[in-house]
Amino acid sequence: MNLKFLLPVAIFAAIALAFAVGLTLDAQRLPSVLIDKLAPQFELPPIAAIDDGEDSGEDTGKPYGGGLSSRNLVGRVTLVNIFASWCVPCRVEHPQLMSLSRDHGITIFGINQKDTPQDARAWLARHDDPYRAIGADSTGRVSIDWGVYGVPETFVMDATGRIRYRHVGPIMPRDVTRTLLPLIAELGS
Amino acid sequence: MKVVLETLRVAPTALKVVPTIFLVVLFMFLALGLGTERAGAVEPSEVLSDPLLEARAREISQGLRCLVCQNQTIDDSNAGLAKDLRILVRERLLAGDSNQQVVTFVTDRYGDFVLLKPPLKTGTVLLWFGPLLILLFGGVALARFYINRHRQEKAESSGAKPLSGAEKKRLQSLLTEDAVKDTVEGNSP
Repeated sequence: MNLKFLLPVAIFAAIALAFAVGLTLDAQRLPSVLIDKLAPQFELPPIAAIDDGEDSGEDTGKPYGGGLSSRNLVGRVTLVNIFASWCVPCRVEHPQLMSLSRDHGITIFGINQKDTPQDARAWLARHDDPYRAIGADSTGRVSIDWGVYGVPETFVMDATGRIRYRHVGPIMPRDVTRTLLPLIAELGS
Repeated sequence: MKVVLETLRVAPTALKVVPTIFLVVLFMFLALGLGTERAGAVEPSEVLSDPLLEARAREISQGLRCLVCQNQTIDDSNAGLAKDLRILVRERLLAGDSNQQVVTFVTDRYGDFVLLKPPLKTGTVLLWFGPLLILLFGGVALARFYINRHRQEKAESSGAKPLSGAEKKRLQSLLTEDAVKDTVEGNSP
């Protein structure tokens, strides 16, 4: 039996398969090289106090005293969230962060990227504050050490301070239920 | 060997298109050449005072992908992250890093994806040699096509072999059979 006629069919099938895989890949989702590695060493100052001559008591009332350092990440499963007041998708994910922190008792640390203290404080006062502690990355240099290329990004850290998962872009409600909560439960057990 | 000789014999026809191909390739390279002296997106404040270091910085930057726009180099892009990375590259150079050390510093954080020229690894073998494979496959198919056509033409131009005795006899019997049939049916001319 001559199967030569199958050759064009086979070539077509191969090309169709290549396109089917290639076109459904999301080029925006880049793998992090830091997965399963220790978080980069860093020491970030807190969001600076605003010295506008008025009583600072009218701020959110939250102490932003300590800033954030890589030492804070050890001891329990945590989330590290890169955010900024100028970042529109951060508003989209904010309710999910509030819910994770409030309803599920998950420790979330914030890295406030390239923000002014005024804007950052105003943003937190308006939208509420899900963070246990916040470091101000005014130059964006620490974000680069984390391999961050857009805001928001969120990292799931295990209790030893290793990066186990990276979420690029805003956290949507289904990301919480499908990915984050199961992973955090798994890492915590 | 036989295949090569046969291909060479059909080559003279193909040689006629060589000047055209040469011109097309020449113009392609000229078009490329016009674009080489680009200013990029480097801002005056970023430029290093040492022209040698600055030249190295430009060279490294042109091989690094801007992760925000993904299809521009950090040398070309106006994105904030590209600017930060340009400054970072220059800082590393000032600190005495070699070009390779600077590139490693960036890939440690952003992975191989940040390199516009992917490294040769087991995972990228198909990327590097796939086109060669396709060229080889196409070349073999093309050569076979021309060789077959050449054989056919040769067979036709040299004229068919004279019929053997048995063939002549069979032809004669077929012809008379037809003639008899035609006469019986009254269709004879």
